[in-house]
Amino acid sequence: MPDLVQLTINGKAVSAPKGTLVIEAAKQVGIEIPAFCYYEGYSLQAACRMCLVEVEKMPKLMPGCTLPVAEGMVVHTESPKVVDSRKSMLEFLLTNHPLDCPVCDKGGECELQDMTFRYGLGESRFTDIKQHVDEKQWSPLVYFDAPRCILCYRCVRVCEEGMGVQALGIGKRGVATEIIPNAGDHLECDECGNCVDICPVGALTSGTYRYKSRPWEMNYAGTICTHCSDGCKTTLSVRNGAIIRANNRDRSGINGEFLCAKGRFGYDFVHSPERLQTPLIRKDGKLEPASWSEALSLVAARLSELKSRGAKFGVLGSTHTTNEENYYLQKFARTGLGTSNIDHQRTGDVPALLDALSGHENALATVGDLYTAKSVLVISSDLSQQHPLLAFQLRANYRHNRAAVYTVTPGPVRERDYAARSVVVAPGAELDLLPALADELKKHGNLVIVFGPAIKGGAVHSLVAFGDSLGIPVKYICLVSDSNSRGALDMGLLPDLRPGYQAEAQPGLALPEILAAPDLDALWVVGSNPFETAPLASRDCFVVVQDLFLTETAQAADVVLPSASAYEKSGTVTNTAGEVQRLKPGPKVMGAKSDLEILGLIAKEMGLDLGIWSSDKVFEEIRRTVRGYNVALPVIATGGASPTTPVNGHVPASRPDLIQDSGDTLFTSGTLGRYSNVLKSVMEAPGTLYKP
Amino acid sequence: MENLLQEPHPLETVLISRRFRLENSASLATFLANEGFAGFRKALTMTPDEIIAEVKLSSLRGRGGAGFPAGMKWSFVDRKSPKPKYVVVNADESEPGTCKDRVILQYDPFRLIEGVLIAARAIGSERGWIYIRGEYRYLIEHMNAVIAQAYAAGWLGKDIQGSGMNFDFATQSGAGAYECGEESALLESLEGKRGNPRLKPPFPAQVGAFQCPTVLNNVETYSAAPDVILKGGQYYADLGTPKNGGTRLLCISGHVNRPGVYEVRLGMNMLQAVNALAGGVWKGRKLKAIVPGGSSCPVLKAEECDIPMDYDSLAKAGSMLGSGGMVVLDETTDMVKLLSRIMKFYAHESCGWCIPCREGTTWLKKILARLDDGVGSVSDIDTVDQLAVNMFGHTFCPLGDAAAMPTMAIVRKFRHEFEAKLQSASQAFVPAPGTRSLPIVK
Ligand SMILES: Cc1cc2nc3c(=O)[nH]c(=O)nc-3n(C[C@H](O)[C@H](O)[C@H](O)COP(=O)(O)O)c2cc1C
Ligand code: SF4
Ligand code: SF4
Ligand code: SF4
Repeated sequence: MPDLVQLTINGKAVSAPKGTLVIEAAKQVGIEIPAFCYYEGYSLQAACRMCLVEVEKMPKLMPGCTLPVAEGMVVHTESPKVVDSRKSMLEFLLTNHPLDCPVCDKGGECELQDMTFRYGLGESRFTDIKQHVDEKQWSPLVYFDAPRCILCYRCVRVCEEGMGVQALGIGKRGVATEIIPNAGDHLECDECGNCVDICPVGALTSGTYRYKSRPWEMNYAGTICTHCSDGCKTTLSVRNGAIIRANNRDRSGINGEFLCAKGRFGYDFVHSPERLQTPLIRKDGKLEPASWSEALSLVAARLSELKSRGAKFGVLGSTHTTNEENYYLQKFARTGLGTSNIDHQRTGDVPALLDALSGHENALATVGDLYTAKSVLVISSDLSQQHPLLAFQLRANYRHNRAAVYTVTPGPVRERDYAARSVVVAPGAELDLLPALADELKKHGNLVIVFGPAIKGGAVHSLVAFGDSLGIPVKYICLVSDSNSRGALDMGLLPDLRPGYQAEAQPGLALPEILAAPDLDALWVVGSNPFETAPLASRDCFVVVQDLFLTETAQAADVVLPSASAYEKSGTVTNTAGEVQRLKPGPKVMGAKSDLEILGLIAKEMGLDLGIWSSDKVFEEIRRTVRGYNVALPVIATGGASPTTPVNGHVPASRPDLIQDSGDTLFTSGTLGRYSNVLKSVMEAPGTLYKP
Repeated sequence: MENLLQEPHPLETVLISRRFRLENSASLATFLANEGFAGFRKALTMTPDEIIAEVKLSSLRGRGGAGFPAGMKWSFVDRKSPKPKYVVVNADESEPGTCKDRVILQYDPFRLIEGVLIAARAIGSERGWIYIRGEYRYLIEHMNAVIAQAYAAGWLGKDIQGSGMNFDFATQSGAGAYECGEESALLESLEGKRGNPRLKPPFPAQVGAFQCPTVLNNVETYSAAPDVILKGGQYYADLGTPKNGGTRLLCISGHVNRPGVYEVRLGMNMLQAVNALAGGVWKGRKLKAIVPGGSSCPVLKAEECDIPMDYDSLAKAGSMLGSGGMVVLDETTDMVKLLSRIMKFYAHESCGWCIPCREGTTWLKKILARLDDGVGSVSDIDTVDQLAVNMFGHTFCPLGDAAAMPTMAIVRKFRHEFEAKLQSASQAFVPAPGTRSLPIVK
């Protein structure tokens, strides 16, 4: 326990660790000291002067946001002097504020409104002319209305300190002071919108949300981002059935309020005009709209018929579908169709990591561990481009705890700005360098190793052996690409591994072999687009595709079934660190069905007994039968993340040669990204990894 | 440079200014021939602690405005810190009414370098800068030349005069912001950043330039150090009043017959300074008020001016000795216009960092400009006072106070002038009843 200091706030006795700020100590006993510029986790400003409090024996009012507690200190936060001073600060602030609340996006959830309501004067003495500046557009996604800005500098700090980007600065002076992009009149940044989100007023507004709604006219659904594998919690704001905003203002979940551009703005694919809203059946060589019942019975009939004559099936799953859907799909393939020819596009060698960790306790790191670890080693990944949340966590760990961060990557990465060491090596030579770092790594006491898809197979075993040799607690994260890439592996969308990494007695064909088999009779593709890169060898093959869009694969299908995106359904997903989180449906898109429902309906039509296709029921089965998935339900039900317990035992190797990074960056996200006009609209070049 | 100075007035005590009238006073040769570097030579024979003790004994107080004891400030530097220590000279001289630092730089620049070397020796520093306001372009060039000469003659650089002491010194230019005279904003600007003030504590003595322990003083403060060391702290202290050691340069401007920079002992009577040194109020008019130490110091009405000029006496009179910029105002002075002009300055110079100063100065500027035109109501006069009260002590740095203090003083001491202006204005502005707040339905 650190040294405790005793003080009194408004007559209440408070004890707080030495160094605690008065504003935080007050919070502990339920006393609010209002502030605009103070923001937990970012540097102190003492600029807004809202938090001035009276401290006995001090001649002036003191800012509670920078004043550390002291023994015997007597603080008053509601004395007449303090109340007057607060009123005057708000009065000052409002002199040049446009007070255009009726048309301001922030109206109803604006901190300036709330503060004025609670602490303000109620009337204004200001009768002179207000300072006016025209609104500016800084990027397709970020607009700035200077008169509304109260200069709390939160945006500048979240960009510089939180994101490590430094796109925002302060210009001019006095009453003309303005936030300005450091690039002049536009942003050159990650377009993450964290500045928009953190802005207490309507000064920074979102290009996708502005003037669309009032906050009380929307429904909210707390779900999980469906882009990368970091698994950020996001709250979808839904109005008239459409998502019009995504943020995580309640700071729940593993990401707090952080979201990257994809999570915050890249939801528009859901409402793309190119979304499939009716099943399609190939007639006379052309895909024609059909009813659900016609399409489902056609698929069921063909599959039953093919199955009855012992046909060769191929099933390809998705890295974005839920655990329940993946589990149900492999069950369908294995027990319904009697085939192990099932696979998906693998993006990381989780089986090898689990095998190498056989016999280790507590060796899988969570996203939270990246914030608490004393040291972190990143191998072969540009986190800031591909795993923005992990990069954010690492930066915060450095900022708050001075964590030692090491990167060994094939090109320069943003982490080098603060890393203890940032080494660029030729691809393939990453592990050769580690012995040289060993002595330094040992010093820190504990370590999290985060490695990208280039480290696979034997290299993963070597890496774990290296970790073991350090003699300190080491945890690992095997990076995978998409929102449920990890779940696809865990749920056994693999020809040689069943759910929970149990060896498959009779391994089937893997993805390239399925596509290359000349005698394949049926191919069932759920939420992936294999034909984008490889053709189908078999000439006479019944192809069923479930997807949101008419992808290259769907275009070649015999039957296309329009499926719902992750934002439209329930279920669970597992992030790259193996943490399970729950999806909640936001909008509904007419005509589309969740993949689970589609699978269930086909099974029913075929007379197969694969169990009820409700996601809760399937998840129950997963918890019962899949190793590691007996997770804490209440945590998940309340929007938390529950880590899966690792399989502690031998896991057979599973074709590391098939592992391929998705190559997605900050502004790309596979098929979803192709249909997001918002992500395509940003001016920053997408797709450049390892920018100098 | 041509020497424009007249002979010292008999009431002056010339110490800092004693070389000003010599021919080629700014040259190294003149300096060396007239006790130049003698103080520093003596300091080289003293330990840092002895130097600091001597400066403490002298009760030399900062000449930049706040009047903080220099010896105390120097003693706060952690000399055992493994970091480099820096000496920074504040030559931002922007306080309206102040024009003394430039005289030192112009007429006896090596004195400053000597003072800086003494400070460097006292805190164990090997590097320093002089931060010169951007408007003093000619002085920046001049100081660059002076510094180059000092290097050439072995008074700066490595192993100064064979003493083993190293010290590098350079100029740094401001870009025209009053706020950059505030010590922490100066340091930000010195480092090449936007000139916003820093959060204090830590103070520069702990975390100053480039995160290192730093002593930062005004030009005149350093320039007093050579005599403190050479003639002894006690000698220097005895020139002034208790706790207010030595002499200081007084910049008398405004409605006087002989405006100028005069060196006086601390404690000289203010009226004597105006009447004897500056030749009295001009045009045979009567004295109305005096701004004693730069525009941020509350004005004193004529009848309040019969006081000794030292830090403590002025504080007792409700004002400040400040930077020594004394502005004399005759009976015809329009105090509304004066305050309006002062506020225009502060609104222009507010850095914008904190709410009360950023918004308060501009709001005041707008009201005062109106009142000066006779547009407004009596309640505006109260508002002016209340806004200043709301700013005072609530801002991030003292600039807000600097704007609030003269406002409160002028509006309270000369309220009748504000009222008279409103009355005499042709279109007196009378707000319709009930326009201030919505009627409350009972
Ligand atoms: C707004 C503001 C402006 C200032 N301007 C100057 C200045 O121009 N020159 C100066 O020496 N001190 C100025 N000061 C005072 C400095 O902050 C600091 O106290 C001083 O330089 C310390 O030196 P001293 O102790 O030798 O006076 C200013 C202070 C404030 C708050
Ligand atoms: S734009 Fe918003 S976040 Fe940024 S300084 Fe202004 S009010 Fe604060
Ligand atoms: S970091 Fe990944 S999970 Fe988080 S918002 Fe971005 S794309 Fe979504
Ligand atoms: S009082 Fe505030 S706005 Fe004014 S100069 Fe100081 S920090 Fe800047």
